[in-house]
Amino acid sequence: MHPALQALFVIVVGVGGCVTYFYASNLLLDKVLFPASGPNAGRNTNRANMIRPWLFLFPALFLLSLYLAYPVFATAWLSLFAKNGDFVGLGNYTRMFGEPKFGESLANNILWLIVVPAAATAFGLLAAQLTDRIKWGNFAKSLIFMPMAISFVGASVIFKLIYDSREADLSQIGLINAVWLKFDGGVGSFLMLRLVPFLLIGCLLLAITWAGWSVLRPLLRGQGDGLLVKAARILGALVAAFLAFELGIWLYGIATNDLPFGQPQVWLQKPYWNNFFLMAVLVWIQTGFAMVILSAALRGVPEDTIEAATIDGANPFQIFFKIKVPQIMGTIIVVWTTITITVLKVFDIVLAMTNGQWETQVLANYMYDKLFRALDWGMGSASAMIIMLLVTPILIWNVVNARKEMR
Amino acid sequence: MDGIVGKKSGLVWAVHLSTLALVILWVVPTFGLLVSSFRTGDQIVGSGWWRSLSTQVQQLSPVRISGDEAEKDGVFVIEGQLFVAGTDVGAWGTSSREPEAFGPGASTDLGDGVTLTVGADGSFVLTSPTSMADLRMPRVFATASTPPEFTLKNYANVISSPLAGQSIGQAFLNTLTVAIPATIIPILVAAFAAYALAWMDFPGRALLVAFVVGLLVVPLQLALIPLLQFHNWIGIGKGYLGIWMAHTGFGLPLAIYLLRNYMVGLPRDIIENAKVDGATDFQIFTKIILPLSFPALASFAIFQFLWTWNDLLVALVFLGTGNDQQVLTGNIVNLMGSRGGDWEILSASAFVSIAVPLAVFFSMQRFLVRGLLAGSVK
Repeated sequence: MHPALQALFVIVVGVGGCVTYFYASNLLLDKVLFPASGPNAGRNTNRANMIRPWLFLFPALFLLSLYLAYPVFATAWLSLFAKNGDFVGLGNYTRMFGEPKFGESLANNILWLIVVPAAATAFGLLAAQLTDRIKWGNFAKSLIFMPMAISFVGASVIFKLIYDSREADLSQIGLINAVWLKFDGGVGSFLMLRLVPFLLIGCLLLAITWAGWSVLRPLLRGQGDGLLVKAARILGALVAAFLAFELGIWLYGIATNDLPFGQPQVWLQKPYWNNFFLMAVLVWIQTGFAMVILSAALRGVPEDTIEAATIDGANPFQIFFKIKVPQIMGTIIVVWTTITITVLKVFDIVLAMTNGQWETQVLANYMYDKLFRALDWGMGSASAMIIMLLVTPILIWNVVNARKEMR
Repeated sequence: MDGIVGKKSGLVWAVHLSTLALVILWVVPTFGLLVSSFRTGDQIVGSGWWRSLSTQVQQLSPVRISGDEAEKDGVFVIEGQLFVAGTDVGAWGTSSREPEAFGPGASTDLGDGVTLTVGADGSFVLTSPTSMADLRMPRVFATASTPPEFTLKNYANVISSPLAGQSIGQAFLNTLTVAIPATIIPILVAAFAAYALAWMDFPGRALLVAFVVGLLVVPLQLALIPLLQFHNWIGIGKGYLGIWMAHTGFGLPLAIYLLRNYMVGLPRDIIENAKVDGATDFQIFTKIILPLSFPALASFAIFQFLWTWNDLLVALVFLGTGNDQQVLTGNIVNLMGSRGGDWEILSASAFVSIAVPLAVFFSMQRFLVRGLLAGSVK
């Protein structure tokens, strides 16, 4: 059968099957098993109402358990076996930690985990605040939001053209190289490639240090927060410290690096920096998402708090950072964690652009390599478990919050 | 007072300009690829897409003169055309050291009375007093200006002819075959479950909601091997049936979460009134809840469609790589590997795959935003 016909057939059978299942099982319950008539009508109705939720839930629960819950345990179990089927206990894990490629993936993943959510949230917040009060704001928003619809693979093609590099005597068709070749080491280059970035990065470094400090300060003062909040504060401060350290290195590099002017660069083959070129793709995609959510949150900030601040003489920046941002902190955290989960699963971008070469490997692609190229299911499962381990704190956080809301 | 007003308008300008900069930064990458997809291969490598509207002046690859000689009035002549029609030769030469020695229409003496003339349109005349049968033919280096040229050929090319296993047209159909059932089936399953979790009272409800919320973040990477084993065990192996089921399973947590959150917000009065009037849960669900939940259903459908259309990993693992099974994303990844430099092919292929989600995105953005706000977890 032709796949398209098969698809139609499956739609009809699937939808029809679902409808039939729900309809018939309800009918069976009401008319045959526990009819709401006769001598036991009242008791029967109660019984039927006790069973009915499970009729409604059964197909979904069955699929969820089979397709998401069971695999977690099955993967954990598989990760204990070697390629030839022997039980090796934690052997796969120790072997994996000994592999340099795994260490590289883990280090890169941590870089991704910190940089991408931070950048996407920051750009999203900026875009949300900028577009909030201007006439063409909605139009601007939908253009910034657009990359959400583009696949990671499509985005990789788009950015590969931007990073494209050709020999020095040919005309460059990659935007970045074309701009790069405009710099010749003169005054303009000093201004644009040293002074301005130095000042920008320097400001960013100060801002992040300040943010990290203000997150940590209540803890040092011994403020009576819950354990979870304390842990979040420490984590936040650690992230800030890492970013500050990273930016410090950049700052030093910007001031001292000898730049190879006039030579086109193969951006994706420059270890360490190529990670950032790949991250840019994900930031480009995720910023729209952050913007939409944060923009809704910003609109929800009570007007009277802003008015009160204005009357007290606060400037727009103070209003933004001291009035608005603290009030939408919860939403910022939600956006941040959501992007974090996306980052942990990132696979397509790395596969399409570098396939993990030139020190750009990440966990999800490492896992794919082990599973389907090396055909080592034990090692592959072990690396999948590492991804699961990294997701677990967010999973617990989400479940705790959901339970709080239910009450 | 003046000072404050002045500051305000300055700030407004800054906001407009920063927004404009941000929008340009976000649109330019896609725009560049879109422009490239309408240019010919020569034009793409000849100049950056941002110069696609200007005439290109570029060094053409050298051409060695060839052709049959004819004798005219005791002089041997070879005539012909060096470059494709439409080329405008700006300068030419016969050695790589001096590629721009002569202007169009000029003649040069190559020694032994042999002269070469190259015209502006790329036509050449080589004359010699003796037969040139044994002569080593000269090479012509030329700088030519070519006018901007746009074409739809790239699209025609990638849609119909197989370049990486199969054509993009076939991959498009395969992707559609994957995406549509994988979008429709989870909706119904999830809607019933969401109703039960939102409006029916039974022990363990809170626990089940927590279960669904927990599953929202489970990376589907963990599911690959166990499910592949399971599919092999029940005998469906790799194929469409497997990928439909996998997408359904992976989409369910978000679907249930989104729909439950929406249904909980529906007015309690309507449902209780219906119950008082003797409606069963099944009737309430089909007659009241389902129609009222349309916005939530639509937003989930859009999410799931975009996700299944754009997915690469699930397709690679569950669908196999046969020609009638490769999806658009997989095809493009193959093209990037085998024809990484052929931008006319890559850009057109990428845009075929991007077109549908973009159309869905721009026509249904309202629902997409609403869905995002309702359940921003996946």
